[in-house]
Amino acid sequence: MLYREAGQFKATYAEDSQIFPIRQDKIGFWLLMLVFGAAVPLLANEYWLKAILIPVLIFSLAAIGLNILTGYAGQLSLGSAAFMAVGAFAAYNFILRIEGMPFLVALVLAGLTAALVGILFGLPSLRIKGFYLAVATLAAQFFIVWALVKFPWFSNNSSSGVVTAQDVTILGYTFATPEAKYVLTFLIVAFMALLAKNMVRSSTGRAWMAVRDMDVAAQVIGFRLMRTKLLAFAVSSFYCGVAGALYAYTYIGTVEPEGFNLDLSFKILFMIIIGGVGSIMGSFLGAAFIVLLPIFLDNLVPAIFGDSLGAGFVSNFQLIVFGGLIIFFLIVEPHGLARLWQIAKEKLRLWPFPH
Amino acid sequence: MARQIGDVIVDLQNISLRFGGVKALTDISFNVKEHEIRSIIGPNGAGKSSMLNVINGVYHPQEGQIFFKGALRPKMEPHEAAEQGIARTFQNIALFKGMTVLDNIMTGRNLKMKCNFLQHALYWGAAQKEEIAHRIKVEEVIEFLEIQDIRKTPVGRLPYGLQKRVELARALAAEPHILLLDEPMAGMNVEEKQDMCRFVLDVNDHYGTTIVLIEHDMGVVMDISDRVVVLDYGKKIGDGVPEDVKNNPEVIKAYLGTSH
Ligand SMILES: Nc1ncnc2c1ncn2[C@@H]1O[C@H](COP(=O)(O)OP(=O)(O)O)[C@@H](O)[C@H]1O
Ligand SMILES: [Mg+2]
Repeated sequence: MLYREAGQFKATYAEDSQIFPIRQDKIGFWLLMLVFGAAVPLLANEYWLKAILIPVLIFSLAAIGLNILTGYAGQLSLGSAAFMAVGAFAAYNFILRIEGMPFLVALVLAGLTAALVGILFGLPSLRIKGFYLAVATLAAQFFIVWALVKFPWFSNNSSSGVVTAQDVTILGYTFATPEAKYVLTFLIVAFMALLAKNMVRSSTGRAWMAVRDMDVAAQVIGFRLMRTKLLAFAVSSFYCGVAGALYAYTYIGTVEPEGFNLDLSFKILFMIIIGGVGSIMGSFLGAAFIVLLPIFLDNLVPAIFGDSLGAGFVSNFQLIVFGGLIIFFLIVEPHGLARLWQIAKEKLRLWPFPH
Repeated sequence: MARQIGDVIVDLQNISLRFGGVKALTDISFNVKEHEIRSIIGPNGAGKSSMLNVINGVYHPQEGQIFFKGALRPKMEPHEAAEQGIARTFQNIALFKGMTVLDNIMTGRNLKMKCNFLQHALYWGAAQKEEIAHRIKVEEVIEFLEIQDIRKTPVGRLPYGLQKRVELARALAAEPHILLLDEPMAGMNVEEKQDMCRFVLDVNDHYGTTIVLIEHDMGVVMDISDRVVVLDYGKKIGDGVPEDVKNNPEVIKAYLGTSH
């Protein structure tokens, strides 16, 4: 009777449509929030906060953004990193150029700027699909990075477009320590993840999924293709934009346009493939997996094979493992880790009587 | 019959539809009256599905005019037809494969839901109330079509007959004035067909929904239709009450007599 819904009857539709209808899930969720919201910042060391936990949170947010567009609305994009760049540089310029700009307002404006750019580059999706749309978003990826380098105004005329994020100050408090930056990132990401979950479980999300699964039928029951697709581009880019701004302000501090290259876009795509296409939780699992795997392999490979193989082998080995995993998930489990977790829960629900 | 057949609600005049060199429909005129069950029959490739696609704006005919409730209807998009109260099912099931039965049916109510994405994001107050109010409506449809046990099942896992039923549920959830059904009983066994027949009749009788039905099973068509139109190679070769159509020599020659 560890994990079971037996005896938990849903008296109302409100109860039935909760995010976690099963009590054990709800308890588990709040435990997780407690651990990552309170215990982690108290206990984790600086390396863990700076090199692992903060980037996992930020990549999770970017992965949620891509998941909204690709996983839910079915529009394949290879431009996530470019929208992150828009967010990072927009936040930088809003704070730089507007006296007394509060950080959180700058963050929202950065997201909105990215959303506008996202709508612009989403326009081709009204005409083209699949592979061709992916190529169009690839164009966005290259164009945006090029434009940020080309026009020095964006980086306040700094050499080669490198900018240093200003201090993060909210209501007079400066978030300087890794602990403080972690908590801020955690709160923002958790809040935005909740908003995303709410969107995908209501009519907005159903419109996205309907367009993804069968666009003619979606139109025939009254969804407007243009509005639905562009909204997905806007919301997705908003999330990527905020992730980009956090990347600059609470993670690495100094950013340049080329840091937001195609490699990063692919990395985010791999996060949703491994974590779970069309799953908010999967976005977190995928981001954690992709940040942790190289660290894990770095430590594991020398431990097994000794130091004789050299660093070159380790990094190539990483690529092989990545490639293998992505092929595995694409072929065997397109819904990723999130689905595997769900299957495990279903098994547990029946255990120990599988029939 | 208890229900009262009303005025002409959809009137198609001299419709011609071509795909390149293929003439799918040639100079077709016919109408649908309010509250009636209007069937379209004809061999495969006769242009029946194209007819439904013309009515709800998926295809735009090169020639001819469509009047809706007496007014000339300009070229309209499918979502505009939906806003006018036209719902439909497809010959090849067009469910949203990645969603559950419940979510599929909930999409049928989208035009009646007024909250925007920001309200959805907060899922608070109005958005939650709206979601629950529409869930109640959807549950009525689920109960009516007797699919309670599968509401949380992803539609892809359902057998064919049930998928057809869920598609009907999604269309009914919109509370349409006009329901276009493209071969809703194709591929079903006798029992499933009987169920589907009963649902179609109930919808028509209970809600007064006007129904345009494409169906191959002559027994069913002659049984439940008020009027029948017969197409062959994109042309209309018969139109009238089942009795007349059955005895129309051209129809017998082109369709009923042969083994389609
Ligand atoms: N989208 C389309 N593109 C090209 N040809 C089409 C299309 N839709 C229908 N047709 C053609 O129109 C004719 C009528 O098709 P259809 O309306 O599906 O017939 P039915 O439903 O009576 O079997 C067929 O010759 C078919 O090939
Ligand atoms: Mg057909």
